[in-house]
Amino acid sequence: MEDLWSNLFWFLAGTVILLIVSLLHVAYLTYAERKIIARMQQRLGPNRVGPRGLLQPIADMLKLLTKEDIIPAQVDKPVFYIAPFISLVCAGTGIALVPLWENFVISNINVGLLFILALSSLSAYGVILSGWASNSRYAFLGGLRASAQVISYEIAMSLALLSVVLMAGSLNLGDIVRAQINSPFKVYLIPQLIGFFVFIISAVAECNRTPFDLPEAETELVAGYFVEYSGMRFALFYLAEYFGMLVMSALAVTCFLGGWAGPFEVPYVPFFWFVVKVYALLFFYIWIRATLPRYRYDQLMDLGWKVLIPLGLINLFLTALIKLIF
Amino acid sequence: MSLVLEVNKKQKGKDSWEEPFYLNMGPQHPSTHGVLRLFLELEGETIVNCDPIIGYLHRGIEKLAENLNYNQTIVLSDRLDYISSAANNVAFALAFEKLFKLEVPRRAKLIRTIVSEMARICSHLLWLATHALDIGAMTVFLYCFRDREWLLNIYERICGARLTHTYVRVGGVRRDFEPEVIEELYRFVEEFPKRITDYETLIDTNRIWLKRTKNIAVVSAEEAFNLGLTGPCLRGSGVSYDVRKFRPYDAYSEVEFEVPVGQNGDTYDRYKVRMIELRQSNWIIKQCLDKLSETEGELVLAENSPDLLMPEKVREVSAQPHPKLGVMFKPKEKEIVPVGEAFASIESPKGELSVYVVSDGSSRPWRLRIRTPSFVHISAIPHMTKGHMIADLVAIIGTLDIVLGDSDR
Repeated sequence: MEDLWSNLFWFLAGTVILLIVSLLHVAYLTYAERKIIARMQQRLGPNRVGPRGLLQPIADMLKLLTKEDIIPAQVDKPVFYIAPFISLVCAGTGIALVPLWENFVISNINVGLLFILALSSLSAYGVILSGWASNSRYAFLGGLRASAQVISYEIAMSLALLSVVLMAGSLNLGDIVRAQINSPFKVYLIPQLIGFFVFIISAVAECNRTPFDLPEAETELVAGYFVEYSGMRFALFYLAEYFGMLVMSALAVTCFLGGWAGPFEVPYVPFFWFVVKVYALLFFYIWIRATLPRYRYDQLMDLGWKVLIPLGLINLFLTALIKLIF
Repeated sequence: MSLVLEVNKKQKGKDSWEEPFYLNMGPQHPSTHGVLRLFLELEGETIVNCDPIIGYLHRGIEKLAENLNYNQTIVLSDRLDYISSAANNVAFALAFEKLFKLEVPRRAKLIRTIVSEMARICSHLLWLATHALDIGAMTVFLYCFRDREWLLNIYERICGARLTHTYVRVGGVRRDFEPEVIEELYRFVEEFPKRITDYETLIDTNRIWLKRTKNIAVVSAEEAFNLGLTGPCLRGSGVSYDVRKFRPYDAYSEVEFEVPVGQNGDTYDRYKVRMIELRQSNWIIKQCLDKLSETEGELVLAENSPDLLMPEKVREVSAQPHPKLGVMFKPKEKEIVPVGEAFASIESPKGELSVYVVSDGSSRPWRLRIRTPSFVHISAIPHMTKGHMIADLVAIIGTLDIVLGDSDR
């Protein structure tokens, strides 16, 4: 009985710590994005709140919390209320399944990968429902775009991950990392280069980031699906987007870049290599935002259905073939 | 109001499934470049009908001009296309000078050419910035603004204002260039071609950019003519028409430059034409700067140019014979400016800007009529957007390079 209680305590403590750490990461990811893009665009970025603007995310959060939560008269109220929460919960829960280091994972389930995929598909509901419930034409168009985009890119992403599953022989994320460490190349990036390529592009589309930010295309649809939201509900959508980036990067690190393993052990910091890899991928996300223009709706579909899905299928087929021979 | 009725009529008697999707874009919308309102009829994301509605920025400039004297009218011209106000100033001044039969000193002509070409660079930079931003390339936006800022600072050194200059006067320009301005301009002219190359490497080699601009809103040369497009939009369709070449004004007959033309008439060609124009403008500025040293010390304002405060009416007292008194003094209204009419057109950055003025002899124009490129270009939007997608619509608004201050007047 005592064992159970202590287990429960450690589980809860771990959850709370992970939640706080990842929330802080999300908050400072917005700061990092603004600073990095500012540097790329020859401007300064936030530099007023705190030293070098370091308290900017906190100031933003306070501002959004104290703002009036405007609910337009014509909205479908219950759906309008819960849509941002669906978005955030679905985007954020995935982090609990990712093994941060050898023996640390909040919930070690055997279908971890499947669960993450299911969550990321579910998060589309937040977008679609908010677009629908807002009863605004721009939000509606944004919601439509989001649903089409998420459905098509979900397939390509699953195909890319399926090859990883084939190679590792498990859906458990911890096992996938261990299988990678024991494989000849140490990471699946090299044998699964096509898979990685497909996965990264789909992940960008999945998070609605540039160049696939059609659902929130600022210059066409003003803000897309969350155009009617304000205050904290608006912030929740933002949090969801950045949480999505974080989870997708963590997933890419786990499935393709060898998780917690690194060229050498760093004493006392078991998550060092994991975090470094995640940061590198996050930087990549931010970098492409500063560089690329936006795709058009039909071109996006073309890319998804005519390039990424065939590539993913071929990759899956090749992986299966090689697995069969060796 | 009529629009709403029309929509109701269309919706009546139709199944709700067949009902088209109407979208009201603007007047407050980030990518309609001001207060343009577009009423769209959509089928999915494809545009079936597009109805531009203007007039949200109407200030009655033509009517206002009838109550201001000729020199004051130039101040109004700043507010037309506020991105390239120097070019508008020149158009007004040219029309009035034709009316007054004034000869502008050569140095003033050169200076005017320089400021108009600076205005062209400013306008094209802002166009490139917003066009790229509409398509989603955020970085180009800030790069372009950095260089536009440089030019605006030079403008500030020239005349003290950054956006609404009123630098050009009837009969010349307000004041001469300072030596520092010329130095700074030389520095700019040296540096700027490298910057253009920077922008081109940022977007020209980008596959998404090419996909978003090639074969979008194709306008053939004949269509462009019929739609009344002028400026880079017309040249992008392959028509080599440039007022600077065909009816040279100011110092354009002295300088060498090329008129770039496109081949396909799509958004990409118009983009290319403007990029080449940036280089050409840069070259023109350089030539004018070289020539400016030849005219050192000349006046920049014609001697007989009208005073800034033109009197409303001047009465001349003349003696007339009188049967009883012998002679009688009678006041008679005198002409301040010649009675008549004048027309001038320039190649403004956005297209052909024409000014037509009718004078009745008083110090104020009896009627002033302005033909602005943006107004005509907006009327081309319905034709160009047909069958395209919403995402293309913003690209088309961008490629036409419209300013609502210019269109609504």
